[in-house]
Amino acid sequence: MHIPDGFIDAPTSIGAAAASVGGLAVGLRRSAEVLEDKLAPMAGLVAAYVFAVQMLNFPVAGGTSGHLLGGALAAVLVGPWVGSLCIAVVLAVQALLFADGGISALGLNVFNMAIVGVFAGYGLFLLARRVLPATRAGVTGAAGVAALGSVVLASLAFALEYAIDGSGGASTGRVFAAMGGVHVLIGIGEALITAMTVSAVVAVRPDLVHGAADLVPAPVIDRADRADRADVQVGGVA
Amino acid sequence: MNRKLAIFVGAGLLVALALAFLVSPEASSSPDGLEKVATDEGFIDEARDHDLADSPLADYGVEGVDDERLSTGLAGVLGVAVTFVVMGGLLLLVRVANGRRSPGGPEPEPGAG
Repeated sequence: MHIPDGFIDAPTSIGAAAASVGGLAVGLRRSAEVLEDKLAPMAGLVAAYVFAVQMLNFPVAGGTSGHLLGGALAAVLVGPWVGSLCIAVVLAVQALLFADGGISALGLNVFNMAIVGVFAGYGLFLLARRVLPATRAGVTGAAGVAALGSVVLASLAFALEYAIDGSGGASTGRVFAAMGGVHVLIGIGEALITAMTVSAVVAVRPDLVHGAADLVPAPVIDRADRADRADVQVGGVA
Repeated sequence: MNRKLAIFVGAGLLVALALAFLVSPEASSSPDGLEKVATDEGFIDEARDHDLADSPLADYGVEGVDDERLSTGLAGVLGVAVTFVVMGGLLLLVRVANGRRSPGGPEPEPGAG
Protein backbone atom coordinates (compact mmCIF):
# COMPACT_ATOMS: atom_id res chain seq x y z
CA MET A 1 0.00 0.00 0.00
CA HIS A 2 3.01 2.28 -0.35
CA ILE A 3 1.95 5.28 -2.42
CA PRO A 4 4.49 6.21 -5.12
CA ASP A 5 5.28 9.80 -6.14
CA GLY A 6 2.68 11.23 -8.51
CA PHE A 7 -0.55 9.55 -7.35
CA ILE A 8 -1.61 12.38 -5.05
CA ASP A 9 -1.04 16.12 -5.59
CA ALA A 10 1.31 18.30 -3.55
CA PRO A 11 -1.26 20.14 -1.37
CA THR A 12 -2.87 16.89 -0.22
CA SER A 13 0.56 15.35 0.38
CA ILE A 14 1.71 18.35 2.40
CA GLY A 15 -1.48 18.28 4.47
CA ALA A 16 -0.98 14.61 5.27
CA ALA A 17 2.69 15.24 6.09
CA ALA A 18 1.77 18.05 8.48
CA ALA A 19 -0.78 15.86 10.26
CA SER A 20 1.78 13.05 10.44
CA VAL A 21 4.50 15.27 11.89
CA GLY A 22 2.07 16.53 14.51
CA GLY A 23 1.08 13.01 15.52
CA LEU A 24 4.66 11.76 15.64
CA ALA A 25 5.78 14.76 17.69
CA VAL A 26 3.19 13.93 20.35
CA GLY A 27 4.36 10.31 20.16
CA LEU A 28 7.96 11.35 20.77
CA ARG A 29 7.01 13.49 23.73
CA ARG A 30 4.94 10.71 25.26
CA SER A 31 7.60 8.08 24.74
CA ALA A 32 10.14 10.36 26.42
CA GLU A 33 8.03 10.20 29.57
CA VAL A 34 8.04 6.41 29.71
CA LEU A 35 10.64 5.34 32.24
CA GLU A 36 10.75 1.63 31.51
CA ASP A 37 14.10 0.24 30.42
CA LYS A 38 12.39 -2.17 28.08
CA LEU A 39 10.92 0.50 25.82
CA ALA A 40 13.83 1.28 23.48
CA PRO A 41 14.84 -2.35 22.77
CA MET A 42 11.20 -3.45 22.44
CA ALA A 43 10.36 -0.60 20.06
CA GLY A 44 13.47 -1.40 18.02
CA LEU A 45 12.43 -5.04 17.85
CA VAL A 46 8.84 -4.22 16.85
CA ALA A 47 10.04 -1.91 14.06
CA ALA A 48 12.61 -4.45 12.83
CA TYR A 49 10.05 -7.27 12.88
CA VAL A 50 7.47 -5.19 10.99
CA PHE A 51 10.12 -4.29 8.41
CA ALA A 52 10.93 -7.98 7.88
CA VAL A 53 7.31 -9.11 7.64
CA GLN A 54 6.42 -6.23 5.31
CA MET A 55 8.78 -7.87 2.80
CA LEU A 56 6.67 -11.03 2.80
CA ASN A 57 4.02 -10.35 0.17
CA PHE A 58 1.40 -13.09 0.19
CA PRO A 59 -0.93 -13.75 -2.74
CA VAL A 60 -4.61 -12.86 -2.48
CA ALA A 61 -7.30 -13.31 -5.12
CA GLY A 62 -6.98 -12.15 -8.70
CA GLY A 63 -3.22 -11.91 -9.22
CA THR A 64 -2.87 -9.43 -6.36
CA SER A 65 -0.61 -9.58 -3.34
CA GLY A 66 -0.57 -7.96 0.05
CA HIS A 67 1.72 -7.72 3.02
CA LEU A 68 1.47 -6.91 6.70
CA LEU A 69 1.17 -3.20 7.50
CA GLY A 70 1.78 -3.84 11.20
CA GLY A 71 -0.13 -0.91 12.66
CA ALA A 72 -2.39 -2.91 14.95
CA LEU A 73 0.47 -5.25 15.86
CA ALA A 74 2.74 -2.38 16.90
CA ALA A 75 -0.06 -0.69 18.87
CA VAL A 76 -0.86 -3.89 20.80
CA LEU A 77 2.81 -4.63 21.57
CA VAL A 78 4.17 -1.18 22.52
CA GLY A 79 1.10 1.08 22.65
CA PRO A 80 -0.19 3.41 19.94
CA TRP A 81 2.19 6.35 20.45
CA VAL A 82 5.40 4.38 20.31
CA GLY A 83 3.77 2.05 17.76
CA SER A 84 3.16 4.90 15.35
CA LEU A 85 6.82 5.91 15.67
CA CYS A 86 7.83 2.31 14.88
CA ILE A 87 5.77 2.19 11.67
CA ALA A 88 6.96 5.67 10.64
CA VAL A 89 10.59 4.56 11.03
CA VAL A 90 9.88 1.46 8.92
CA LEU A 91 8.31 3.62 6.19
CA ALA A 92 11.20 6.10 6.27
CA VAL A 93 13.80 3.34 5.98
CA GLN A 94 11.85 1.81 3.08
CA ALA A 95 11.52 5.10 1.20
CA LEU A 96 15.04 6.41 1.82
CA LEU A 97 17.06 3.21 1.62
CA PHE A 98 15.06 0.84 -0.58
CA ALA A 99 13.20 3.26 -2.89
CA ASP A 100 9.84 1.82 -1.75
CA GLY A 101 7.13 4.45 -1.33
CA GLY A 102 7.70 7.88 -2.88
CA ILE A 103 9.69 10.45 -0.95
CA SER A 104 7.10 13.14 -1.75
CA ALA A 105 4.46 10.61 -0.64
CA LEU A 106 6.16 9.73 2.66
CA GLY A 107 3.81 12.00 4.60
CA LEU A 108 0.81 10.30 3.00
CA ASN A 109 2.18 6.84 3.71
CA VAL A 110 3.01 7.73 7.32
CA PHE A 111 -0.47 9.21 7.75
CA ASN A 112 -2.23 6.15 6.32
CA MET A 113 -0.17 3.39 7.90
CA ALA A 114 1.52 4.91 10.98
CA ILE A 115 -1.30 7.20 12.13
CA VAL A 116 -4.59 5.80 10.77
CA GLY A 117 -3.40 2.18 10.74
CA VAL A 118 -2.00 2.33 14.27
CA PHE A 119 -4.68 4.39 16.04
CA ALA A 120 -7.63 2.78 14.25
CA GLY A 121 -6.06 -0.56 15.05
CA TYR A 122 -5.64 0.38 18.70
CA GLY A 123 -9.20 1.69 18.99
CA LEU A 124 -10.61 -1.49 17.48
CA PHE A 125 -8.37 -3.55 19.76
CA LEU A 126 -9.75 -1.80 22.86
CA LEU A 127 -13.33 -2.29 21.63
CA ALA A 128 -12.76 -5.97 20.88
CA ARG A 129 -11.14 -6.51 24.27
CA ARG A 130 -14.33 -5.27 25.98
CA VAL A 131 -16.32 -7.98 24.21
CA LEU A 132 -13.80 -10.83 24.38
CA PRO A 133 -12.79 -12.58 27.61
CA ALA A 134 -9.89 -11.11 29.57
CA THR A 135 -7.53 -13.95 28.73
CA ARG A 136 -4.48 -14.40 26.54
CA ALA A 137 -6.71 -15.89 23.85
CA GLY A 138 -8.96 -12.84 24.13
CA VAL A 139 -6.00 -10.52 23.60
CA THR A 140 -4.90 -12.55 20.58
CA GLY A 141 -8.38 -12.52 19.06
CA ALA A 142 -8.80 -8.80 19.67
CA ALA A 143 -5.44 -8.13 17.99
CA GLY A 144 -6.57 -10.10 14.93
CA VAL A 145 -9.88 -8.24 14.65
CA ALA A 146 -8.08 -4.92 15.07
CA ALA A 147 -5.55 -5.85 12.38
CA LEU A 148 -8.24 -6.57 9.79
CA GLY A 149 -10.06 -3.32 10.50
CA SER A 150 -6.89 -1.23 10.57
CA VAL A 151 -5.84 -2.35 7.07
CA VAL A 152 -9.26 -1.57 5.60
CA LEU A 153 -9.33 1.87 7.26
CA ALA A 154 -5.77 2.65 6.11
CA SER A 155 -6.76 1.72 2.56
CA LEU A 156 -9.82 4.00 2.78
CA ALA A 157 -7.53 6.80 3.93
CA PHE A 158 -5.82 6.50 0.55
CA ALA A 159 -9.20 6.65 -1.20
CA LEU A 160 -10.00 9.78 0.82
CA GLU A 161 -6.72 11.39 -0.25
CA TYR A 162 -7.46 10.46 -3.84
CA ALA A 163 -10.84 12.18 -3.48
CA ILE A 164 -9.36 15.29 -1.82
CA ASP A 165 -6.76 15.56 -4.59
CA GLY A 166 -9.63 15.40 -7.05
CA SER A 167 -7.47 15.58 -10.17
CA GLY A 168 -7.45 11.82 -10.83
CA GLY A 169 -9.59 10.49 -13.64
CA ALA A 170 -11.08 7.55 -11.75
CA SER A 171 -14.45 7.70 -10.01
CA THR A 172 -14.03 8.33 -6.29
CA GLY A 173 -16.74 5.84 -5.41
CA ARG A 174 -15.07 3.10 -7.41
CA VAL A 175 -11.70 3.81 -5.80
CA PHE A 176 -13.26 3.60 -2.32
CA ALA A 177 -15.02 0.32 -3.14
CA ALA A 178 -12.02 -1.24 -4.88
CA MET A 179 -9.53 -0.23 -2.15
CA GLY A 180 -11.82 -1.41 0.64
CA GLY A 181 -12.67 -4.65 -1.15
CA VAL A 182 -9.17 -5.87 -1.89
CA HIS A 183 -7.94 -4.77 1.53
CA VAL A 184 -10.53 -6.89 3.30
CA LEU A 185 -8.73 -9.85 1.73
CA ILE A 186 -5.29 -8.49 2.60
CA GLY A 187 -6.62 -7.68 6.07
CA ILE A 188 -7.38 -11.36 6.67
CA GLY A 189 -3.69 -12.09 6.13
CA GLU A 190 -2.84 -9.16 8.41
CA ALA A 191 -5.18 -10.58 11.06
CA LEU A 192 -3.58 -14.04 10.92
CA ILE A 193 0.00 -12.73 11.11
CA THR A 194 -0.87 -10.27 13.87
CA ALA A 195 -2.72 -12.89 15.93
CA MET A 196 0.10 -15.43 15.52
CA THR A 197 2.71 -12.90 16.61
CA VAL A 198 0.75 -11.55 19.59
CA SER A 199 -0.12 -15.08 20.65
CA ALA A 200 3.57 -16.07 20.61
CA VAL A 201 4.73 -13.03 22.60
CA VAL A 202 1.88 -13.23 25.10
CA ALA A 203 2.71 -16.90 25.68
CA VAL A 204 6.35 -16.26 26.63
CA ARG A 205 6.42 -12.68 27.91
CA PRO A 206 2.92 -11.29 28.54
CA ASP A 207 4.54 -8.50 30.56
CA LEU A 208 6.04 -7.15 27.32
CA VAL A 209 2.64 -6.79 25.62
CA HIS A 210 1.19 -3.32 26.18
CA GLY A 211 -2.32 -4.50 25.32
CA ALA A 212 -2.17 -7.36 27.84
CA ALA A 213 -0.96 -5.30 30.80
CA ASP A 214 -4.16 -6.04 32.74
CA LEU A 215 -3.47 -9.79 32.58
CA VAL A 216 -0.12 -9.52 34.32
CA PRO A 217 -0.14 -9.23 38.13
CA ALA A 218 2.10 -6.35 39.23
CA PRO A 219 5.39 -8.02 40.15
CA VAL A 220 7.22 -7.17 43.37
CA ILE A 221 10.13 -5.66 41.47
CA ASP A 222 7.78 -3.03 40.04
CA ARG A 223 6.83 -1.85 43.48
CA ALA A 224 10.49 -1.61 44.42
CA ASP A 225 11.03 0.43 41.27
CA ARG A 226 8.32 2.83 42.26
CA ALA A 227 9.73 3.16 45.75
CA ASP A 228 13.12 4.03 44.24
CA ARG A 229 11.56 6.69 42.11
CA ALA A 230 9.70 8.13 45.10
CA ASP A 231 13.03 8.34 46.94
CA VAL A 232 14.54 10.25 44.07
CA GLN A 233 11.66 12.64 43.98
CA VAL A 234 11.57 13.25 47.72
CA GLY A 235 15.20 13.10 48.61
CA GLY A 236 16.89 14.27 45.44
CA VAL A 237 19.67 11.92 44.36
CA ALA A 238 19.18 8.60 46.11
CA MET B 1 18.47 -3.85 29.94
CA ASN B 2 18.23 -7.00 32.02
CA ARG B 3 19.38 -10.38 30.79
CA LYS B 4 15.93 -11.90 30.23
CA LEU B 5 14.85 -8.94 28.10
CA ALA B 6 18.10 -9.11 26.13
CA ILE B 7 17.43 -12.78 25.40
CA PHE B 8 13.88 -12.03 24.26
CA VAL B 9 14.92 -9.13 22.03
CA GLY B 10 17.82 -11.15 20.63
CA ALA B 11 15.55 -14.08 19.83
CA GLY B 12 12.99 -11.75 18.25
CA LEU B 13 15.67 -10.17 16.10
CA LEU B 14 16.83 -13.61 14.97
CA VAL B 15 13.25 -14.39 13.88
CA ALA B 16 13.07 -11.10 11.96
CA LEU B 17 16.47 -11.69 10.34
CA ALA B 18 15.51 -15.23 9.35
CA LEU B 19 12.23 -14.04 7.81
CA ALA B 20 14.03 -11.28 5.92
CA PHE B 21 16.88 -13.48 4.70
CA LEU B 22 15.21 -16.83 4.09
CA VAL B 23 11.53 -16.13 3.44
CA SER B 24 11.47 -12.75 1.68
CA PRO B 25 13.00 -14.15 -1.56
CA GLU B 26 9.90 -16.38 -1.75
CA ALA B 27 7.45 -13.47 -1.44
CA SER B 28 4.79 -12.92 -4.10
CA SER B 29 5.78 -10.40 -6.76
CA SER B 30 2.19 -9.76 -7.90
CA PRO B 31 1.02 -6.14 -7.73
CA ASP B 32 -0.15 -5.15 -4.27
CA GLY B 33 -3.67 -3.98 -3.46
CA LEU B 34 -3.02 -0.31 -4.28
CA GLU B 35 -1.19 -1.12 -7.55
CA LYS B 36 -4.04 -3.42 -8.57
CA VAL B 37 -6.66 -0.74 -7.90
CA ALA B 38 -4.55 1.90 -9.67
CA THR B 39 -4.24 -0.39 -12.71
CA ASP B 40 -7.95 -1.28 -12.77
CA GLU B 41 -9.04 2.34 -12.32
CA GLY B 42 -6.51 3.66 -14.82
CA PHE B 43 -4.23 5.85 -12.71
CA ILE B 44 -1.18 3.59 -12.39
CA ASP B 45 0.64 5.63 -15.05
CA GLU B 46 0.50 8.72 -12.86
CA ALA B 47 3.23 7.14 -10.71
CA ARG B 48 6.65 8.68 -11.24
CA ASP B 49 9.91 6.79 -10.93
CA HIS B 50 11.29 6.89 -7.41
CA ASP B 51 13.85 9.63 -6.83
CA LEU B 52 16.24 7.01 -5.48
CA ALA B 53 15.43 4.34 -8.09
CA ASP B 54 19.13 4.08 -8.95
CA SER B 55 20.31 3.72 -5.36
CA PRO B 56 22.38 0.63 -4.55
CA LEU B 57 19.58 -0.92 -2.45
CA ALA B 58 16.59 0.10 -4.60
CA ASP B 59 13.71 -2.38 -4.69
CA TYR B 60 15.17 -4.53 -1.92
CA GLY B 61 18.24 -5.72 -3.77
CA VAL B 62 21.95 -5.19 -3.24
CA GLU B 63 23.68 -3.77 -6.29
CA GLY B 64 26.42 -6.06 -7.55
CA VAL B 65 24.97 -9.24 -6.04
CA ASP B 66 23.82 -11.21 -9.08
CA ASP B 67 22.07 -14.05 -7.25
CA GLU B 68 18.57 -12.63 -6.92
CA ARG B 69 17.66 -14.62 -3.82
CA LEU B 70 20.86 -13.64 -2.06
CA SER B 71 20.45 -10.02 -3.15
CA THR B 72 16.92 -9.80 -1.71
CA GLY B 73 17.90 -11.66 1.44
CA LEU B 74 20.89 -9.41 2.12
CA ALA B 75 18.81 -6.29 1.54
CA GLY B 76 16.29 -7.66 4.04
CA VAL B 77 18.96 -8.33 6.68
CA LEU B 78 20.35 -4.84 6.20
CA GLY B 79 16.88 -3.31 6.47
CA VAL B 80 16.09 -5.20 9.69
CA ALA B 81 19.39 -4.10 11.24
CA VAL B 82 19.01 -0.45 10.21
CA THR B 83 15.38 -0.30 11.37
CA PHE B 84 16.28 -1.77 14.78
CA VAL B 85 19.15 0.65 15.31
CA VAL B 86 17.22 3.72 14.13
CA MET B 87 14.11 3.02 16.21
CA GLY B 88 15.93 1.85 19.32
CA GLY B 89 18.45 4.67 19.00
CA LEU B 90 15.71 7.26 18.56
CA LEU B 91 14.03 6.27 21.82
CA LEU B 92 17.33 6.10 23.70
CA LEU B 93 18.16 9.61 22.53
CA VAL B 94 14.73 10.92 23.45
CA ARG B 95 15.06 9.34 26.85
CA VAL B 96 18.50 10.70 27.54
CA ALA B 97 17.37 14.18 26.46
CA ASN B 98 14.31 13.92 28.69
CA GLY B 99 16.34 12.63 31.62
CA ARG B 100 18.18 15.93 31.80
CA ARG B 101 14.95 17.82 32.18
CA SER B 102 12.62 15.85 34.43
CA PRO B 103 13.07 14.27 37.84
CA GLY B 104 12.79 10.50 37.96
CA GLY B 105 14.73 10.03 34.74
CA PRO B 106 18.31 8.88 34.64
CA GLU B 107 20.74 11.26 36.37
CA PRO B 108 18.48 14.19 37.11
CA GLU B 109 20.35 17.47 37.35
CA PRO B 110 19.35 19.66 40.25
CA GLY B 111 17.93 22.98 39.13
CA ALA B 112 17.37 21.95 35.53
CA GLY B 113 13.94 22.17 33.94
